[in-house]
Amino acid sequence: MERQSNREGIKGWLNPGRYGLERVAYWLMRLTGLGLLVYFIAHVFETSSIVNGKEAWQKMLELTQTTEGHIILTIVIGMCVFHTANGIRVMLGQGGVGVGKPGRPDYPYKPASLNSRHKLCILASIGLAALAMMYGLAVLFGE
Amino acid sequence: MATITPKLSDEFPLTIASSTNSVTLRISKFNPKTDSTATFVEFKVPVQKWTTVLDIILAVKQHLDPSVAVRYSCRQASCGSCGMKINGKPALACYTKISELNSNVVTVEPMNNFPILRDLAVDFTQFFSTHKKLKPYIIRDDSEVTGDTKEFLQTPKEVEEYLQFSYCIKCGLCNSACPTMATDTSFIGPQALAQAYRYIADNRDNGKKDRLKIIDDSHGIWRCHFAGSCSQVCPKGVDPAMGIQLLRGYLLGFRK
Ligand code: HEM
Ligand code: SF4
Ligand code: FES
Repeated sequence: MERQSNREGIKGWLNPGRYGLERVAYWLMRLTGLGLLVYFIAHVFETSSIVNGKEAWQKMLELTQTTEGHIILTIVIGMCVFHTANGIRVMLGQGGVGVGKPGRPDYPYKPASLNSRHKLCILASIGLAALAMMYGLAVLFGE
Repeated sequence: MATITPKLSDEFPLTIASSTNSVTLRISKFNPKTDSTATFVEFKVPVQKWTTVLDIILAVKQHLDPSVAVRYSCRQASCGSCGMKINGKPALACYTKISELNSNVVTVEPMNNFPILRDLAVDFTQFFSTHKKLKPYIIRDDSEVTGDTKEFLQTPKEVEEYLQFSYCIKCGLCNSACPTMATDTSFIGPQALAQAYRYIADNRDNGKKDRLKIIDDSHGIWRCHFAGSCSQVCPKGVDPAMGIQLLRGYLLGFRK
């Protein structure tokens, strides 16, 4: 049935390379959203260890002080920054802000909603996330 | 692999003797009644600078394999029949030149997110019924014929509010590129949503309330994530993504 209806399925989400920067941003938004959700659940689990006493809490905290812990936290920083910055762009866009105005279409029909303002915001979100990750790495590994 | 040998006597313009380049055309063959998976058949076909993907499919159909199922009509990006996946991306076969693909291999497959009828031909039943559900016509009590004015005048500016959305040829490429369509079988989809905007933005129309009610649904406009792929592939400059975000502006109260 799936074959006959020929839906692209999850494969369609996982393959963002064919439709330009906006589709990449969509993919990153989903990836970072889910990543943050996983982190959030893990975070609640981790901090809840405090109810088991100081010892258990300390043990959990040590996990974040390993190299792996540092790397995971750095990724979380990157996810946070991209998701927030791009989230603001997406919310504005989805409210109709900055998506261009309808007009007379002329060949070669450049879609006004995929404009340079949005592209710039996507690139800035990625850039900010990279900067934040570098700063995070410097702080975490810098001591 | 079957090959078309250029012959001067051939009527088909593709097969003129001066042709020097050739490409491999890979066509996805699938009959849901008899096959469990799609298979690719390959043909070597001569091409010119101006040859389109539809040209070589029809050349194969004429000379090598008449069984290839493909839908087309106008051959000039007007009827919306020949949408398919060309080297992985949805496009009109008649509007895609081989030379712009930058590849010696041209792979054509049926559009995603539509049921396959056979080979490259897909089923538009759900697509058109969703389009109709959005009331794609002017809604008002009086008509041009009964009024004194004979026609409802619009200024050029009023026309430009909806003109680009009226360019839609119902080819379905946008629905095929949409990532929500990829998993949500009842999503209204970019084509129909853009048409809802087309009529709402028309100052002769009074159906805004009706249409907003239809799209404000669990499988309606809120499933759009503004990935923009619909606008990326639209061959007519409709920019469905813009229409959808402007529609959402009405529902969120940012627009009147
Ligand atoms: C200030 C911070 C945040 C902002 C501005 C924000 C904004 C957004 C927006 C606008 C979307 C919808 C994107 C779309 O339409 O495709 C979204 C999706 C999502 N967000 Fe956030 N978010 C924030 C923080 C978080 C946090 C902390 C988490 C995790 C606990 C999270 C998890 C998710 C998930 C799972 C999705 C769904 C992803 C998808 O459907 O592709 N977000 N966020
Ligand atoms: S909006 Fe564009 S891509 Fe979608 S059906 Fe209409 S013409 Fe085709
Ligand atoms: S044959 Fe009509 S759009 Fe391609």
